[in-house]
Amino acid sequence: MAINRRDFLKASSGGALLLASGATVAEAEAKELSPDAVGILYDATLCIGCKSCMVNCKRVNTLEKGGALYKPGRDIPYNYKGDFPIWDEVTELSDTALSIIKAYKEGTGLNRNEVENGFSFVKNHCMHCIDPACASVCPVEALYKEPASGAVIYYRDRCIGCRYCQIACPFGIPKFEWGSNDPLIVKCQLCHHRFPEGGYSACCEFCPSGASIFGPVKELREEAKRRLSLTYGKYYDFPVQTVGSERKLAKQASRYIDRIYGMTEAGGTQYLLLAGVPFDMLGFNPQISDQEYPELTWDYIQKVPALIVGLLLAGAASYYATRNRDGEDKEK
Amino acid sequence: MNSAQENRFWTPNTILLLFAILVGGGVALYRLFYGLGAATNLNDTYPWGLWLAFDVLGGVAMAAGGFIIAAAIYLFNWRKYRPIGRPAILTAFLGYLMAVIALFLDIGHPFRLWHPIAMWQIHSIMWVVAIHVVLYTTTLAIESSPMLFERFNKTRALTALSKIMVGVVAFGVMLSTLHQSSLGAVFLIAPARMSPLWFSEFLPYMFLISAIAMGLAMVGTEAMLSERFFGHRVDIEIYRGLARGMLITLAILLVAKIFFLIRSGVGSAFNGSLPGNMYLLEIALGIILPLLLLTNRRFRTEPRAILGVNILVITGVLLNRLNVCLFAMQGYSTAQGAGYFPSLMEFLLTLGIIAFGIFLYKMAALYLPLFAKPIEPSGR
Repeated sequence: MAINRRDFLKASSGGALLLASGATVAEAEAKELSPDAVGILYDATLCIGCKSCMVNCKRVNTLEKGGALYKPGRDIPYNYKGDFPIWDEVTELSDTALSIIKAYKEGTGLNRNEVENGFSFVKNHCMHCIDPACASVCPVEALYKEPASGAVIYYRDRCIGCRYCQIACPFGIPKFEWGSNDPLIVKCQLCHHRFPEGGYSACCEFCPSGASIFGPVKELREEAKRRLSLTYGKYYDFPVQTVGSERKLAKQASRYIDRIYGMTEAGGTQYLLLAGVPFDMLGFNPQISDQEYPELTWDYIQKVPALIVGLLLAGAASYYATRNRDGEDKEK
Repeated sequence: MNSAQENRFWTPNTILLLFAILVGGGVALYRLFYGLGAATNLNDTYPWGLWLAFDVLGGVAMAAGGFIIAAAIYLFNWRKYRPIGRPAILTAFLGYLMAVIALFLDIGHPFRLWHPIAMWQIHSIMWVVAIHVVLYTTTLAIESSPMLFERFNKTRALTALSKIMVGVVAFGVMLSTLHQSSLGAVFLIAPARMSPLWFSEFLPYMFLISAIAMGLAMVGTEAMLSERFFGHRVDIEIYRGLARGMLITLAILLVAKIFFLIRSGVGSAFNGSLPGNMYLLEIALGIILPLLLLTNRRFRTEPRAILGVNILVITGVLLNRLNVCLFAMQGYSTAQGAGYFPSLMEFLLTLGIIAFGIFLYKMAALYLPLFAKPIEPSGR
């Protein structure tokens, strides 16, 4: 009998049932991609490094209505302000930056998308895993995967600030607001607060080159596969902003690394990447496997109900077996 | 020690303890008002630091003596350990209390510490751990309560308690076994950032075994210190039994460690890296050296020699917790360009919490029947 984790939760919320079901729990099923799942495809070979995505990401997410960076009284500049142009110039993802464009550069750095004497951009933000480690470890379900869209979102009022999500995330995405006494975990939430009004991820909305496109994950996967099959140097149409967009740019196809990052990594993610430079050179931890990380802890938790029963029985058995032992006992 | 000295509250040691508690309390207040970033050197790559690795993981491991001795006395009916039952259980209670204080200050929203009780998330080891802490701390309070009842002559409560004691102990032993291993399971999620020297799917069981070794060492050490400071005599056979227990546990631990070292590649321990060196230090100091000593008969029979072994084992397991929580992640974190060394305030609070534990123990030793033998289970 196969019981997935959510059914297990339902079946075992009663104490007696929790004990009874322990023995019958089989391997948890692999998490499936929701049919309505949405995500982002980032093509490093198209990125021009303008950081428009970062600006719009901050603009949209510092707004009061559901923005992941919004907090009363907190001001995160995303645009030139006043007489002195001030940006908060981040170099890493942080509690003020949900997304970031980074650059790879080697040697002279003249050749686009080349490893030697080349350069490439890369965009980092939450990967929105199909089976997110952060949500699985959160003791209070403050991090939560929306069943339909698949966006991994954050309920700030539940969070106790234990930072287990930071330990668990293989991509190092969740950031903690260390400077605050009312700290939040800060991470990209796929701009899910804009979905109800038909909006989509801010980074894709402002991307002028078609490097970041938003859309259903299934279509994004198809688009990524199409790009890997293109002939180097020939001209093709690339959609801008969304995968199904009317607006298309005709561009020369670049040489791709034959890998869609996010197809299988950590069990699959809803943020997919293509690049001309190997991904570990772009800063992705090569130790990340295709393992669905929550399974690692679930394998253990599954055994807990049986262990509870077993240990109680063993304790009782031992007590009754040894209760008539006499006097001083020298044997240990 | 004569009895006049033994009952004094104001001693230089007490003053020292109170001073450390006061300083730690100041740090705690500072952290509550200004936040974690202000009080600690933690960062996004090292989200868990000294407070979690030492105070919480170490504190809980130190508390393992409680469930081992409780099981020995109440479940295995090894009556010779009865004289150390109360101190062992009290130490466990204080260990958990210290861990809870550290957790309270370590989480970003201390006053939401109760959230896991109300907001269930059964997939989370952290939730499992949180529920264990709540239940087991309560259980330990019940297990320690006979001292209070005896002190204030509440015979009715004592009789009632003696009826359920075996059940309470069985429940506590179950919780504690699971809790020790679940703390190891917390790290099962992080193979991508941990060194294979420590990471394996058997982490929960490694935590359990090492906690047992530490528990035995703690109980023995504590009994010896009580002899020294409170003039309380302990039967030498107890120390010998504990030493034999340690020998067995350490041998199992060493075999497991060697197995996982070979599996992960022996080279990673000897490449001169910081995690490699820490691993060697942990194994040499905390497992191999005490094992070698214990194979010598003198170290199994003479209290003073056993004390030396105990201190080695305690150090080794504390090192292990620091290693799993901090040094195992050093390779990953360095690649991320991050470092961590605890701030002065992190050290001071840790000292304060330890002092608080010792102070409470001392108060119990002075004013409660700590060294009387535990109550008889009823029906006997």
